[in-house]
Amino acid sequence: MSPLVVAALRKSYDGREVVAGLNFELQRGECYGLLGPNGAGKTTTLRCCLGLTVPDSGEITLAGEPVPARAREARMKIGVVPQFDNLDPDFTAAENLVVYGRYFGMKDAEIRPKIAGLLDFAGLAGKEDANIRTLSGGMKRRLTLARALVNDPELLLLDEPTTGLDPQARHLIWERLKRLQAQGKTILLTTHFMDEAERLCQRLAIIDDGKMVAEGAPRELIRNHIEAQVVEVYGEDAPAWAAAEAQAYSRRVEVSGETAFCYVGDAAPLLAHLAAWPALRTLHRPANLEDVFLKLTGRELRD
Amino acid sequence: MKPPAHPLPSLRALAVWRRNFLVWKKLAIPSLLGNLADPMIYLFGLGYGLGGLLPQVGGVSYIAFLAAGTVCASTMNAASFEALYSAFSRMHVQRTWEAIMNAPVTLEDIMAGELLWAAAKATLAGTAILVVIAVLGLIASPLAIWALPVIFLTGLAFAAMGLIVTALAPSYDFFMYYFTLFISPMVLLSGVFFPADQLPPLVQAVAAWLPLTHAVALVRPLLFGEIPGGIAGHLAALAAVAAVAFWIAMTLIRRRLLK
Repeated sequence: MSPLVVAALRKSYDGREVVAGLNFELQRGECYGLLGPNGAGKTTTLRCCLGLTVPDSGEITLAGEPVPARAREARMKIGVVPQFDNLDPDFTAAENLVVYGRYFGMKDAEIRPKIAGLLDFAGLAGKEDANIRTLSGGMKRRLTLARALVNDPELLLLDEPTTGLDPQARHLIWERLKRLQAQGKTILLTTHFMDEAERLCQRLAIIDDGKMVAEGAPRELIRNHIEAQVVEVYGEDAPAWAAAEAQAYSRRVEVSGETAFCYVGDAAPLLAHLAAWPALRTLHRPANLEDVFLKLTGRELRD
Repeated sequence: MKPPAHPLPSLRALAVWRRNFLVWKKLAIPSLLGNLADPMIYLFGLGYGLGGLLPQVGGVSYIAFLAAGTVCASTMNAASFEALYSAFSRMHVQRTWEAIMNAPVTLEDIMAGELLWAAAKATLAGTAILVVIAVLGLIASPLAIWALPVIFLTGLAFAAMGLIVTALAPSYDFFMYYFTLFISPMVLLSGVFFPADQLPPLVQAVAAWLPLTHAVALVRPLLFGEIPGGIAGHLAALAAVAAVAFWIAMTLIRRRLLK
């Protein structure tokens, strides 16, 4: 049985359709990513899945339970790491875990023996009595992850788990999520970081304007949606050069500021041509998920 | 898709109550002193200062008269502060409710937990005053013990009304309106400082509808060793305010947080 099935999900606010007919299904034990620009409908989708908002139409089955009808029962079996830290600032790290466990109907005697292990997993060994206000952003996020594990959930929902963290803290979170997956847990995460999605997710869905625009394994998406190679051309003259010359050597060209992105199957002819333009700097690289994302969702700013 | 009807709160509400209790426990002494200091200053200041100029009010010394009103007013204040400022912090500023709702706890459970917690804290505040005035010899009869359930019911009524305001509040500043336009006038009209029959008849008619009036009408006779008149009516009024206000607060909060 799939840990989460979302079928034909729709939700509008004030006449604007934020989720516009979304379908996806998680496989047990995988890490599945919802990738999309700000305002794409990722957080609203998660809220619907948790039963915190009632969709206009569609069906959701979370941990075997229909949502929102039996959302409480479904939430017994899952863990949530929200986008914004909402640890209890009045409590120590250990108290945060005990109090959160009580919300699952757990007895203190059941929770207390788990605390050391949970904190250890979060890289917070010995921090039982630490005041939340003294913890760094990364430590808080890890404690939030530990809190989401207090009920030993089968599925974890993470809403932008590494937004606002420094690279060290992000890597630590990623490593822990991989470990959880190795323990057999299913993970659903939303993100707008391509490297995060590429590294963690076996499958991902690219979402824009509440609709899924592509779904698949990261490499499959790159293979199916975009040319294999990218040559980035920088410099003051790059836009003029791109307008005049780039098309002849590329399958597709996008210009953003002073950079021209040339998508090619074979980069050799383009690189040979560029050798005659010493004022332009070039970067030749394989296409990645970000290229797919930008191709499918566009380059305009989302606010 | 049709939203599910208001589910009833469950026992998970107690986990929310215990969360608030655990926070309170860390600062119990200063919190209790805070609940006592302000009403005591008024009680002694007005009770002895003003009371010295008055012969008797309602058949007792002014300080004894005022003491009974102070018990009710303190209960009201404690419930209101908890349901406004503290609940708003947990709902809006700290996002504590959001964290709780990610667990198998519903918004109805959270609201019931908050209501019971604010009422409990108000009961503690009212009882603390009761104990102090008992020590001062301002209580005439063991009948005063019956003031405790009235205090709890008063706490429920004001907690529920406070949650309505919290459901509507964009920020902390909003609460000033509630205090200056509702709570403060009510204290003056409900017979806390002087008997309500001193007021013009029209104002008396309005005062009769205020929840604090019913609380004072029950607590004051009990402290003087009398059985209050119209017990059932006063109790029903407080219970009705609590029930209706909680239902309204619940509806408004659902609209705010579960949209």
